[in-house]
Amino acid sequence: MAEPRKISFTINGMVRDGQAEPRRLLADFIRDDLGLTGTHIGCEHGVCGACTILFNGAAVRSCLMLAVQAEGADLRTVEGLASADGQLDRLQQAFRDHHALQCGFCTPGMLMAAWDLLRVNPTPTEDEIRTGLSAVLCRCTGYQGIVEAVKAVAGQRHAAR
Amino acid sequence: MKPPAFDYHDPRTIDDAIALLVRHGGEAQLLAGGQSLVPMLNFRLAAPAVLIDLNRIPDLAYIKEDRGQLCFGAMTRQRQVEFSPLVAHRLPLMIEATRLAGHLPTRTRGTVGGSIAHADPAAEYPAIVTALEGEMVVQGAAGKRVIKAADFFRGAFTTAIDPGEILVEIRMPVTPDHSGWAFEEFSRRHGDFAIVETAVMLTFDANRRCRAARVAVSGAGAIPLRMPAVERMIEDSDLSEKIIVEASAQAAELIDPATDLHASAGYRRHLTRVLVRRALTRAAAQARGRN
Repeated sequence: MAEPRKISFTINGMVRDGQAEPRRLLADFIRDDLGLTGTHIGCEHGVCGACTILFNGAAVRSCLMLAVQAEGADLRTVEGLASADGQLDRLQQAFRDHHALQCGFCTPGMLMAAWDLLRVNPTPTEDEIRTGLSAVLCRCTGYQGIVEAVKAVAGQRHAAR
Repeated sequence: MKPPAFDYHDPRTIDDAIALLVRHGGEAQLLAGGQSLVPMLNFRLAAPAVLIDLNRIPDLAYIKEDRGQLCFGAMTRQRQVEFSPLVAHRLPLMIEATRLAGHLPTRTRGTVGGSIAHADPAAEYPAIVTALEGEMVVQGAAGKRVIKAADFFRGAFTTAIDPGEILVEIRMPVTPDHSGWAFEEFSRRHGDFAIVETAVMLTFDANRRCRAARVAVSGAGAIPLRMPAVERMIEDSDLSEKIIVEASAQAAELIDPATDLHASAGYRRHLTRVLVRRALTRAAAQARGRN
């Protein structure tokens, strides 16, 4: 077995240190070592998108990265969306308003993927939203509400222009 | 599942990576963006004793134009390609293909070189480098060598990269004036590997006749197939609808598709005909519009 490596990175604005065997997946490190279980693990091969987090500001599948690869990085998980006093982020609030979750398993992945989508394209069309959200699978098939939620946030931005 | 145990190295330079590769020989596997290799590790379809991670080698990530070619460092992220003004300006076909390669979150990590070295028969970038007669630069202890696309893909998931060598750069010609291009694919779900896909580049002359045509089809065989016979039918023509229909029928004749879980051979042949026709139609209209 390979020796564990020391790693240190920023997650949701806090510096966290730890040790990880090279084979340890980033998703497992976040959930099991850091106790941040908001990030979900579905398929473990990059298809379902439930484990999507922001890595240096851009969405990645955390089940397709090794924890040691996060050394020095700036990560954000679903726990980092709401403000410290529990006030929901605008995207989270839109999910709530539009009934954009049923069982909730895919929700952290949907939120982080939608966050990245809105960052690179602040005013997406419905087609672009659907293409972007195809990165994450919802097995409740509650896509309509999710699309409506992202549209609502994009619409606020349209209006603000 | 979880990956099996391996020793891990993350060298900072190409030379260090090559030295590690030479030292560990067949025990070692290179890790690029990890969007194919890590699933294989998780499924334990791959179990290398040593993993050499190329993600901390800054010299492998760049996009630059040099003597009529666009050069991509092998570790250039697909996401960087997608949003690159230089690529949008000089090789927009590459942007079109990139948007069909996985999803934004996989393109954040996935690399140009990783896709090409992995050589999945249905991946987008191998089809483009084959159509455009691109070149792959590989580097080993003895130095660099350049491999043309026609000599690079040897079979499904098999390339001309020798053990002890690393793919360091991919080069493709920039888009000539008066050109049109198209990348067409069919997949069951957005972001999936294609069942069949085609890359087309057409260059017209001042008289609106096709001066040069490049056509490649992927997913219909073990490696991307460039189609000189189809190109010859198109070149020096006005690309009338009749010629496009005949050329796409010819393309469907040239492939040797397999039947598998995803599609029958007959369906792949059908898709080839339809997709080549669509791509030629779109590329021709675009080339005429830019004349």
